[in-house]
Amino acid sequence: MAALDGASGNPPKTTFYNDPVIRGYIYQLLVAVLVIGFFTWIVINAAQNLAAQNKSTGFDFLGRTSGFSISFTLIPFDRTSYYWQAFVVGLLNTLLVAAIGIFFATILGFTIGIARLSSNWLVSRLATLYVEIIRNIPLLLQLFFWYFAVLKAMPAVRDSLALPFGSFLNQRGFFVPRPVWDERIVWMWLALAIVVVFCFVLRRWARRRLFETGRRFPVFLTALGGSILIALAVFLLSGATVSFDFPELQRFNFRGGLELPPEFVALAFGLSIYTAAFIAETVRGGIKAVSRGQTEAAESLGLKEGDRLRLVVLPQAMRVIVPPLTSQYLNLTKNSSLGAAIGYPELVNVFAGTTLNQTGKAIEVIGMTMLVYLTFSLLTSAFMNWYNGRVALVER
Amino acid sequence: MKKTLVTMAVVASMGLGATAVQAQTLDAVKAKGFVQCGVTAGVPGMSQPDANNNWSGLEVDYCRAIAAAIFNDAQAVRFTPLTSQERFAALSAGEIDVLSRTTTWTMSRDTDLGISFTGVMYYDGQGFLVRKSDGIASALDLDGAAICIESGTTTELNAADYFASHNLDFNPVVFVDKPEVLKAYEDGRCDVLTSDASQLASDRTKFADPSEHVLLPEIISKEPLGPSVRSGDPQWFNIGRWVYYALLEAEELGVTQANVDEQLGSDNPSVRRLLGVEGEFGAPIGLTNDWAYRIVKLVGNYGETFDRNMGEGSPIGVPRGLNALWNQGGLQYSPPIR
Repeated sequence: MAALDGASGNPPKTTFYNDPVIRGYIYQLLVAVLVIGFFTWIVINAAQNLAAQNKSTGFDFLGRTSGFSISFTLIPFDRTSYYWQAFVVGLLNTLLVAAIGIFFATILGFTIGIARLSSNWLVSRLATLYVEIIRNIPLLLQLFFWYFAVLKAMPAVRDSLALPFGSFLNQRGFFVPRPVWDERIVWMWLALAIVVVFCFVLRRWARRRLFETGRRFPVFLTALGGSILIALAVFLLSGATVSFDFPELQRFNFRGGLELPPEFVALAFGLSIYTAAFIAETVRGGIKAVSRGQTEAAESLGLKEGDRLRLVVLPQAMRVIVPPLTSQYLNLTKNSSLGAAIGYPELVNVFAGTTLNQTGKAIEVIGMTMLVYLTFSLLTSAFMNWYNGRVALVER
Repeated sequence: MKKTLVTMAVVASMGLGATAVQAQTLDAVKAKGFVQCGVTAGVPGMSQPDANNNWSGLEVDYCRAIAAAIFNDAQAVRFTPLTSQERFAALSAGEIDVLSRTTTWTMSRDTDLGISFTGVMYYDGQGFLVRKSDGIASALDLDGAAICIESGTTTELNAADYFASHNLDFNPVVFVDKPEVLKAYEDGRCDVLTSDASQLASDRTKFADPSEHVLLPEIISKEPLGPSVRSGDPQWFNIGRWVYYALLEAEELGVTQANVDEQLGSDNPSVRRLLGVEGEFGAPIGLTNDWAYRIVKLVGNYGETFDRNMGEGSPIGVPRGLNALWNQGGLQYSPPIR
């Protein structure tokens, strides 16, 4: 480098506005001023227009009584609750459906994606059919279809389908008994937590033994059986009691128990089915990206087919899968806003819908709603980037 | 999602569409050659398009009356179907000139939303529609019922008020769009459909068998439905308000679409002032002196449009009730034009 510098000598003198570095600064400054100016103009303009229309602004409305009710809430809410509580209700409902949607879409998506590469003709064709049908129909239409199909298929309240354990299924939802336990149940949770920690230790031991002696240990089955047995034993020993709050048919519907409304079922189902089709393609692409030689090498080591996929192919495929998978998770979360159309009380329905209309605070409400989706998206993306960093190829 | 996008676009355009508010709406309307009117996506009797996208209804006729007064052409109106969620933002942002969409006049909307109501086209109240087979006689029997509601309406608040004040419980199922509300009720998701009584009467005509559904006797709220305009433009507000009054005044004076031409020769000073034969009532609101004549000639008076769209002669078939003129036992009353 030094030799190069010496060879080029002093650069010829130029006027300062011809200096590429200074020029770069000037252009950047110009763009920054323009952008800031543009947004300032928008804000001032909006403020003037609102004032001209005699319209109040600000976030005071969040502390006012809402005056409406919401059918499906994770926290208590009624007409005397405040607008900020409506915001929280919408937020939690959005999170709930997104989390459950992501969980099922991931499982289904990986299954279908792998199925598409199956050597079984029927399995791979069915998977192809699924992907092509689902991802080529707009989600909103699918949601309408699932929602009204779900409603149509369900029995009316008075002809509710009675299921085992005092559960019921009808047009108003799926009702199951709600467990009510006393405080001695704490011992059971505590025992379960200890068992879970122990399972991780067990896994490490099993893996070390596998590498040293080549003998396998059924970690998963042991952990599952062990935790159930120990939890049950502690539950009986502690003398904790569990009773159930059973749903009972009232004049119009079942009361008590836990309720899963059809709007939630249709939305979670529709989102999972839809996103799974895209995840399946991502997974297929990821697996295809792993060189065939890897599979052959695994075969020559004598690994079984399941192990080849799990231990050799998938870990390498994940490096390709994770970034687009993140996008699918973000899409699913944002698409949950379509729930408003089928009556699921998520953020857009409760806050950007009802609250906006009752208060008229369009800018504030839409701003907050956009901020929520932005935050969700950034958090998901941060988590997935962290995970991506973990599975990425370690270069030494 | 569509709704959100529209709302976001509207919010954005609130910033960008700067000149819409300050400019005189009348000049802008004259310049573009038509009135942009916000209506429902389809409530028979109020505003409803036919197969050829010709709109009709009581609220549509109000927009036509404005167009008649300004352009002497009742067809110089373009309609924007809006959901109850979109309507106020659309008006604020200048996407529409008049909002004539089954909107209840409330204090907070009138004072804090940047809009002004010009009159009450229809005195309504919130009712409940139930299936006949459920054997419900009164709203007080509805404890625990699932109720289908359109979001962003006063209906949503009234229902909560009513059930709370009677110590009853209910389960609101809230949709953004009316068609989904109706479908969910018809499919059995809800026991009850609630809305303004006039809309329930009109919604019922859409069901497979209208006679299977009955209105409960309780009317739980006052719902004065009226058109509104943006605040901050007194001239446009006056046009909106006096077009409505002219419709009423014409009915009260017995001026109809059929006899309006011969009424030009009337000896009644009130008729002469209304039709612009005497006095100067056009210039103060920026219109020609025969503005009210044009309205009656092209649209008819209030009673005529009511009968045509909502009244006993129409498929909706609601009685005049509160919407009769003041001197016939109703509430519709116009200040004198003089």
